[in-house]
Amino acid sequence: MIKYIIKRILIAVPVLIGITIIDYAVMCLAGSPLAMLQGPRISEAAVEAKSIALGLDQPIYIQYFVWLKQLLHGNLGYSIKNYQSVSEMITTHLGPTLLLMGVSLIVSLAIAVPAGIFSATHQYSKRDYTVVTLSFIGTSVPGFFLSLLLIYVFTVKLGWLPSSGMTSLGTGGGFTDVAKHMVMPVIVLATSMAGTNIRYIRSAVLEILQQDYLRTARSKGIGSFKVINKHALRNALISIVTVIGMEIPVLFGGAVIIEQVFSWPGLGLMTMSAIINRDYPVIMGVCLLSAIVVLLANLITDLLYAVVDPTIQYK
Amino acid sequence: MPKKRRIESEKYLQTIWRRFCRHRLALFSFAILGVIVAAALLAPVIAPYDPNDIVGSFSKAPGGKFLLGTDQIGRDVLSRLLYATRISLLVGVLATAISTAIGVILGLVSGYFGGIIDMVIMRFTDMVMSFPYILLVLVAAAIFKPGLWNIILILGFVDWPGIARLVRGNVLSLRETNFIKGNIVAGMSKRHILFSEILPNTIAPILVYATSVVALSMLDEAALSFLGMGVQPPTASLGNMLNGAQSLTVLTSKPWLWIPAGSLIVILVISISFIGDALRDAVDPTSKNNKAVI
Repeated sequence: MIKYIIKRILIAVPVLIGITIIDYAVMCLAGSPLAMLQGPRISEAAVEAKSIALGLDQPIYIQYFVWLKQLLHGNLGYSIKNYQSVSEMITTHLGPTLLLMGVSLIVSLAIAVPAGIFSATHQYSKRDYTVVTLSFIGTSVPGFFLSLLLIYVFTVKLGWLPSSGMTSLGTGGGFTDVAKHMVMPVIVLATSMAGTNIRYIRSAVLEILQQDYLRTARSKGIGSFKVINKHALRNALISIVTVIGMEIPVLFGGAVIIEQVFSWPGLGLMTMSAIINRDYPVIMGVCLLSAIVVLLANLITDLLYAVVDPTIQYK
Repeated sequence: MPKKRRIESEKYLQTIWRRFCRHRLALFSFAILGVIVAAALLAPVIAPYDPNDIVGSFSKAPGGKFLLGTDQIGRDVLSRLLYATRISLLVGVLATAISTAIGVILGLVSGYFGGIIDMVIMRFTDMVMSFPYILLVLVAAAIFKPGLWNIILILGFVDWPGIARLVRGNVLSLRETNFIKGNIVAGMSKRHILFSEILPNTIAPILVYATSVVALSMLDEAALSFLGMGVQPPTASLGNMLNGAQSLTVLTSKPWLWIPAGSLIVILVISISFIGDALRDAVDPTSKNNKAVI
C-alpha cells in the first residue's frame, strides 16, 4: 500500500512540472504584466526599471527556473499588484472556498444518493423518468443564470437572503449570518453537481441490482428495504466515491464563476481579479494549487476504493 | 407481415432512427432544436430589425413594435436573440469539431501504437485534465484577446481529452479483435487499418460523446461571455446578452433583457443533452450503463 502511494506520487511529480511549464509558456505568450501600468503618467524608463526589479527582462526559461527554485524553498512569489506574498493570499482565501465547496458537496450527495437509488429501484416508472428529467435540467442550467434567478426571487422580490459577500457589513459574522449568505451559492453549486451524480449513482445501482448476490439475497426472503439499504448500498459506495473524486476539480472551477456572481471572498474571486490584472505569480500559485488538489483527489479516490471494496488490492 | 420484413432489411441508420424514436422526450427535443436552429439560420430573413442598429427608445418593455422590448441602448432584443443563437450554435459546433479532430487523432495514435508514444500522449492528456477546466479557459481567454474566433479555438483546444481517452479505449479493444488481426496478417498498411478499419467502428460512440461536448461548449461560451471574457459586443451571444443583468437595475426592473436569453440557453442545452442520451441508447442498446431512460 505505502509502496503504491509512493509510486503514484512519483508519477504525479512530472505531471506537476509539466503543468507549471505549460502555465509559464502560456503566460509568456500574453506579454508583460507591466503593459497594464504603462500610461501617460509613468515613463518608459520607470517601467523598465520595474521590469528589471521583477526579473521580467530575463529570458523566459530563466524566469521559470528562478520561479521553480523559489518554489522549492517554499516561496510562491509576491503579487505584482499588491506586493502580498502569494502563499499568504492563498491561505486567507482558501477557507471560504473550502467551506463553500464542502457544504455544496455534502448537500449534492444528500440529494443525489437517495434520488439515484430511488430512481434505480423504480426503473422505467413515471417517478424514475421525473427524477432523470430533473437531473438533466439540473446539469443544463448554467450556474450564473440560476444565480441570477435566485437573486431575483430571494433577494429582490422576497428580500429573504443577502446576495453578496460572506458576512453582513458591520456585523462580526456569526454562524447564522454566514449560513444565510451561503444558501444561494450552495444551491447553485449543488444543483449542477447533483444533476450529474443522480444519473451516475442510478446507473451504478441498476448494475448492482442485476447481480447474482442480490437475487440470492432477495430469494432468501430478506425484505426489499434491507436488500437495498444493506446489500446494494454498500456495493454502490464505490461509485459514490468515484463521484466525489470527479466532483473536486469541477467544484474548484465552478466556484470561480459562482464566487464572482455572489462576491464570495474565496479563491475564485481572487483568481478572477488576478486574471484580469495579469498578476502572474498569483495565477501560477492558484494553478499549481488546483493541480495538486486534483492529483491528490485522484490518489485519495483510488485509495478509498480499497477501503470500500476489500477485493481491490494495490501493489 | 410487411412490417417485420422492413425491420430485417433496414439499413444501419434506419435502425438507429427507429430506436431513437422510442425516446419521446428526445424526439420532442429534436423538434424544438430543429425549430431553434432553423430560426437561427434564417435570422437575416426573419429578424425584424438589424441586431446592431438602434431602432427604438432605451429599455422599452416588450409589446407593440418590439416583441421582446429593446435593450439599454435601444436595440431590438428579439433580433439580437436570433443572431445570438446563431453565434452560440456556431461556437458549440465548431469548438466540438476542433476538439473531436484532435481527440480522435491523438486517441487513435495512442491506442494503436502503444508503448512510449501512448505514455507521452496519455500523460499530456492527464495534464490537461488536471487543470480545473474553467480556470484553464479563463486564463487562456484573458491572455489571448477575447473574441469569437479565439473562444472557438480555446474551447476546441481544451475539450479534447475526453474524446482522446474514449477513442484510445475503443482502439485498444478493437486491436484485439479478429478482423483487425486479419488485416495485420494480410499486410494492410497501418494507415488503412487505422482510418478505414478501426475508425469507422468507433464512430458511433464518438458522435454520441461529441453531442455532449456541443452542449458543454455552449455552456462555457455563455459563462465566459457573461463574465465579459468571451464574445465581445456589439456581436450578440446568448452569454453576453446576460452580462447586462449583473447590474441591479436590469436584474430587478428589466427582466426581458436577461430572462429570454437565459431560458434559450437552458432549452438548447437540455434538448441537446436529451438527444445525446437517446443517441447513446440507439447506437448501443446493449450498453451496460443503461443511462438513457427517456
